[in-house]
Amino acid sequence: MSNLSAFLWERRGEILALTGEHIVLVAVASAIAVAVGVPVGVALTRRPALAKSVLGFANVVQAIPSLALFGFLIPVPLIGGIGARTAIVALVVYSLLPILTNTYTGIRSVDPAVIEAADGIGMTLGQRRRQVELPLALPVVLAGVRVAVVVSVGLATIAAAIGAGGLGVLIYRGIATVDHRLILAGALPAAVLALAFDFGLGALEKLLGPKR
Amino acid sequence: MTAPILEYSDIRKGFSSGRAVLEGFSLSLGPRETVALVGPSGCGKTTALKLANRLLDADAGTVRVFGRAAAEQEPVELRRKIGWVIQEGGLFPHWTVRENVEAVPRLLGWEKGERRKRSDELLETVGLPAGQYADRRPSGLSGGQRQRVGVARALAARPPLVLMDEPFGALDPISRRTMQREFLAWKARWDAAVLLVTHDLAEAFRLADRVAVLEGGRLHQVGTREELTRSPADAFVREFVSEFGA
Repeated sequence: MSNLSAFLWERRGEILALTGEHIVLVAVASAIAVAVGVPVGVALTRRPALAKSVLGFANVVQAIPSLALFGFLIPVPLIGGIGARTAIVALVVYSLLPILTNTYTGIRSVDPAVIEAADGIGMTLGQRRRQVELPLALPVVLAGVRVAVVVSVGLATIAAAIGAGGLGVLIYRGIATVDHRLILAGALPAAVLALAFDFGLGALEKLLGPKR
Repeated sequence: MTAPILEYSDIRKGFSSGRAVLEGFSLSLGPRETVALVGPSGCGKTTALKLANRLLDADAGTVRVFGRAAAEQEPVELRRKIGWVIQEGGLFPHWTVRENVEAVPRLLGWEKGERRKRSDELLETVGLPAGQYADRRPSGLSGGQRQRVGVARALAARPPLVLMDEPFGALDPISRRTMQREFLAWKARWDAAVLLVTHDLAEAFRLADRVAVLEGGRLHQVGTREELTRSPADAFVREFVSEFGA
């Protein structure tokens, strides 16, 4: 055990740098997924018929094995290739489903009487969305974001396979050289990161949650 | 007689099922007058109410609000000039009592100080002093208190017309009587005309100057309690009044 901690300490520079890369991958992908997923989820509430097929499609995409998706994306022009960009695209794809679904169901579950009240007192559609529906759906939306982020932290380790960097680099190197300490040097920080994001977003959820 | 605040002329409204919810509906509401729309469920009374603030639009006939055809008025602007009270108040659960009451003045861009003064005054009027209630959320209030906040919210921007849809329908009989008494006291101080929907004829007689009896999308009769009791227009009104008008 002391053996392992000495090993980790020795490599702290590299581990920190790769953790940084890892956070950037997850943060950028999550930000894009939220920026796309929330507005699309909101827009879908006006077209329940379309929502069914969009959510169904997102579900199917979710079922593609992640390593395969990374591989499929490499030859795709513009978004593909080797490196972080491709990895981020893949992470966005996986993050979209929980964010879309939760935004959609969150908004749909707002009490229709409250929505009618918003219309009846003279809110515009935008005001109703921003001041009433989104705040009331926020806990559900945030729960979706939380799932998306935690899943992304794990998935991002695979991104090293296509040269995107991050903590997966240490894991792959450990596997190649059959060095358990190297695998752990990647896996432990990744696990800590996932837990930290989970905890942080959970706290945010409580903080912004229903003050009823 | 002064020009009506709200006037329905020969309205027809149907839904996709094809059945007409309202047919040949005409009614007018003068300034400061309270008219109640009464009838069994599905008689079209709520539909009639929603035509006034354009939550619904008529298929035929015209609704005139404040002397102008409703169809020519921007729905959002029109609604901000009309108070709207629904069952249980329809309050925003994530807003405090004060934020709920100030909703329309805020939409209209009133100054903060002016809004605050108005909400203090209204909360006092409805018996929920701001010091004690302004910062609570709707979940921390009883049904009757929520209803009071709903009334205060509807009156905040001093609308000349207030629409009420079963405003006291969700209350227990005792709170209901209290609210009805208070409604009459408030009404004496407002400058608003009120169109009130209720399924309770006794409540309609108690609160309204005139009562309109609807059934099956048709207006059977409009009149005072006297008129409806003494000279019912048809068999339906006669039975309805004798059975429920006690």
